[in-house]
Order: sequence, then C-alpha cells, then structure tokens
Amino acid sequence: MPELSINANGRVTAGSDMTASHPTALNRGHRGKDPYRNRTGARVFSVAMRWLVRLAALFTAGILIFLVGYILVRGIPNLKLSLFEWTYNSDNVSLMPSLINTLLMTVLALLVATPLGVFAAIYLVEYAPRGSKLVKVVRLTAETLQGIPSIVYGLFGMLFFVTQLHFGLSLLSGSLTLAIMILPLIMRTTEESLMSVPDSYREGSFGLGAGKLRTVFAIVLPPAMPGILSGVILGTGRIVGETAALLYTAGSATKIASGADFLFDSTRTLAVHMYVLSSEGLHVGEAFGTAVVLLVLVLAINAVSSLIARTLTKGTQNDG
Amino acid sequence: MENNAATAVVMAGGTSKWKESAMRILFLACACVSICAVALICIFLFANGLPTIFKIGPLNFLLGTEWKPSADVYGIFPMIIGSIYVTAGSLVVGVPIGILTAVYLSRFAGQKTKKLLMPAIQLLAGIPSVVYGFFGVMVLVPWVAELADPFDGSGMSMFTASLLLGIMILPTIITVSKTSLDAVPRSYYEGSLALGATHERSVFCILLPAAKSGVLSGVILGVGRSIGETMAVIMVAGNQPRMPQGLFEGLRTMTSNIVMEMGYAADLHREALIATGVVLFVFILLINFCFSMVKGGKEHA
Repeated sequence: MPELSINANGRVTAGSDMTASHPTALNRGHRGKDPYRNRTGARVFSVAMRWLVRLAALFTAGILIFLVGYILVRGIPNLKLSLFEWTYNSDNVSLMPSLINTLLMTVLALLVATPLGVFAAIYLVEYAPRGSKLVKVVRLTAETLQGIPSIVYGLFGMLFFVTQLHFGLSLLSGSLTLAIMILPLIMRTTEESLMSVPDSYREGSFGLGAGKLRTVFAIVLPPAMPGILSGVILGTGRIVGETAALLYTAGSATKIASGADFLFDSTRTLAVHMYVLSSEGLHVGEAFGTAVVLLVLVLAINAVSSLIARTLTKGTQNDG
Repeated sequence: MENNAATAVVMAGGTSKWKESAMRILFLACACVSICAVALICIFLFANGLPTIFKIGPLNFLLGTEWKPSADVYGIFPMIIGSIYVTAGSLVVGVPIGILTAVYLSRFAGQKTKKLLMPAIQLLAGIPSVVYGFFGVMVLVPWVAELADPFDGSGMSMFTASLLLGIMILPTIITVSKTSLDAVPRSYYEGSLALGATHERSVFCILLPAAKSGVLSGVILGVGRSIGETMAVIMVAGNQPRMPQGLFEGLRTMTSNIVMEMGYAADLHREALIATGVVLFVFILLINFCFSMVKGGKEHA
C-alpha cells in the first residue's frame, strides 16, 4: 500500500511513483508551458480514483454495518418472551407460529426441489451427450427461471396451484411455488460441483467394472456433496426470506398448520409476518424483534452455506 | 465371501440393466422439469392476462394514464413509467458505487480487506427484501422526509425507493463485475504498466474496458432485480396510482400495484392486476434476452 504524504506545495501525493516526478510539474505558474503537464493530470486522476474506489467500498461496508447494526440495536431490547409464545394473539404478537410454519414450508419446498434439481443436474453433467440441444434448452430455461421476480412466481402460483389445481391458499401451494423458484439455484450449484469432480474418478470407477448408475451415486456424488449441500442451504435462505411469492399462494393465517390436512392450511411464514407487522404499523417494537429473528436466521443460514462451500474448494485443492 | 459378491453382481446383471435405463429416464424427466415450469408459467400468465388486455384494449391498458378500479378504468402507464423511473434511479445510485467497489476489491484491496469485505457483500445479498423495506421505512423515509421538506415532498417517494433499490442491487453488480475484472489476463495490466501508465490508469483505462461485457451483464442483472423487486418498494414508494410527479413525490410500480390490490380485487380488476403481471413478465423476458445476448457476445470474443 502506497503511503500518503503532503508535499511542499500542499498537494496530497501518494506512493513512490509520485515523488519521482519533476518538480516543475507542481508549479502552477508555468502550467501552460509545462512539458510535464500530462503527468500532473495523471497524478490528480490517480489520487482521485484511488480515493473514489476506497470511498465506494467504505460506503458498501458502511451500509451493511449500519443496516444490521440498526436492526440489532433497536430489535434486541424488543425480544421479549411473549414474542415466542406458542399461539398468536393480537396482544403478544407471537412470531412462534410463523417460525414453525417457515420450517414446514422450507422442508416441503426442499423435499420437492432437491431431488428434482439434483437429478436434473446429474442428467446434464453425467448423461447428456456433448453439445446436446436439450441441455442448451434446459440451461436457457433455468436461466430464465432465475431471472423471474418473486411476485411473478406468486402470480403463477396463485393462478396454477391455488385456482387451477384447487389447492387454495395453503402450505402446499406456497411450498410448490417456492420449490419452482429455488429449482434453478439447486440445479446450478449441483451442476457446478458435479463438474468439479475430476474425470479420473469416473474412469477409475468404470475401469473397475462399475455401471453408470453406481459410478454416479457411489463415486461422483460423495465428493460433490458439499457443493450440493451449500446450494440447498442457499435455497433455504431464499425460502426463509421470501414474501412476495407467498402472499397470494400461502396466505397469512397466524396459526400453525396442523392436523390431518395441514398441507391445505393457510399459513404465514416469518417474512410474511414481518411484512404484515410493519405495514400495519401498530406493533413497531414487535416488528423490530421479528426483524432481528428473521435477519439472524437468514444470515446464519447463508453463513453455513458459504462455510460448507469453502470446505469444498479446499477439498478439491487438496485433490489437485 | 468374494464368491458371493461376484454371484450377486452377476445375478443383478439383468435387473441392473433395466434399472440403469429407468434411472436414466428419471434423470431426463427431472431435467425437463425446468422447461415445463417455464412453459407453464408462460401459458398461465399469458392465457390469463392477454384476453384481459384485449378486453380493455391494448392501447387503453398500456398507455392509459388513469387507474380507477372503482370506475373500471385500467391504464397502467403510470406504473410502467414508475417502474422505469425507480429502476433508473436505482442504477444511478447502485452502478457507480457497485463498479467502484468491484474495482477496489479486484485491484486495490489487500488480502485482509478482501477477506473481510467479500463475506460482507454476500451478507448484503442475503438480507431479505422485507428487512430492507423495514429499514427503509424506519431510517430512510424520515431522513428523506426532512430532505424533501423544502420541496413540499414526502418521505415515501421515488427518491427513497431508488436509494433503497440502489443499495439492494449493489451485491449483484459487485460480484458479477468483480468476477469479470478478475478474469482479465494479467498481461493487459503488465503491458499497460510497461508503457508507463500508473496503476490507476491501467485499471480504469485498460482493465475496466476489457471487462466491460461482464460489468454490463452485472448491470443488466441489477436492472432485473430492481424492476422485479416488490416488498421493499411497496414499503417506501408511497404507491399513489398516478403519473410520477417528481423526485420527492410518491409513485407506484407495476410490482406494488399487484400486491397492493390483489388482496381484495375481483372480476375485471383482478384480471387487470394479472395483466399487469404479464407486462412485468414481458419486461423481465426482454431483460433476460439482453443478458444472454451480452453473455453470448462475451463467449464468442
């Protein structure tokens, strides 16, 4: 890192390349005839840009610290025991039912999306012939799915699952909508981690007489597991934080989905609960408390995901 | 023992062939799910939305400046313009800061700073949009209200929404730009230095132009995220269904139009909201198309 210093003319210079420049370059009086004028311009440019990029990075980091800090500082004092009571009523504004519902929603959506995404990726990487048209189309559609905003998923879920299939505003409609939403994410991470498994593994397995299926499940999948897992956890983070796709597919009932037909109960997840609380504006303290729980939950999930992903990159480095 | 295993393999030979092909078909079917999903989404949105658009009249619907569900007048031009304004505003905030941060991370930061900052940006990407919206309501709205006071404006405004969205698209722009900056061959930088350019000049005049298609695709992804964002916008934009009046006045986007009124809408009103979703979907498809064009161009180069 170049050190900053203030030179005789009061200008800020930085780094060794600056001190080497000709003294006349600093003399404002002769600027017009100065043969080194360009170098002055270059120096101003350099210093300005150096500070600009630092400021931008500082801004980005500052926003994160401010946002998370603000929510934590205002929210933690509002984390009362009554927020975690088993049933919701308008006095305790408990977030417990929506927390349980979030868990149910996540498990259901993952149960649908994980096998679909992983199997699809297995086909793309292990089975599909090179340069196959189908693979191109699948990649294109997966990319399209990834770019669709959650409100459009919500509308589709409302039209298809809620109305067309008569699932109603329910846990099932919500989780199926979310499953489609995170499918491309799981597919892509699985694809990437399958591709990072060296071909020599497959060749070795075939050489020992194992079939294709055995090779995939016994040899290729295990080393790719951390990558797949990190994708699944990343998907979990998206499910937990999702609101727009759920408002008109899962509804906003405040009780825990239970009983024999719990799949068809209307439920509200933590993020939807958070939205309802803050748009009502009646329970600001409780909203802050809920925000803390939601924020910490999502950040923890994402942290676990990147931790697992990091063990994967370490593993492949060791192999190489 | 070995013998047993060998006979087991031989005996399984017949069924395993069957199993192999069954599983192959299963995998193939799963791969086709994403195609089916896109097809279903297109079919259901267009089948529900297009008839409505034609019932209202495409010009009346797309260019009508009045949205009055009580009088059965549905023109979504204010919302389209609102979405475009807010997205443009978010780019004004997010693109310069995002690209400069990416440049810093890629070419200026030391190892330690990078180790701290990269996870921070991932965290920023992981924060749910409701939490962003809540932060906007609690912090940005009062602050903007004070700022807008001399102009007779309000805190829930285009400015607030743009600012919040600009922050939300930062991680997308930063990660994509940084990846493409990192991918520029080292020889470009070294060549520039050898010709006497400073570090900054090399970075901004050689590396950044070389990475421009990657940076551009990051910006396009940011546009997609911005125009599709719902919860954060609905909480800070004011949501008045009228033509945008100014920087410090409230406006309504297509996304917030859907969420605001879908809860109680019926009949033609509900259909008009679905049609709004279709228009939004077409915007997103166009943006996706631009994205794959830019990306495709990069692969050919």
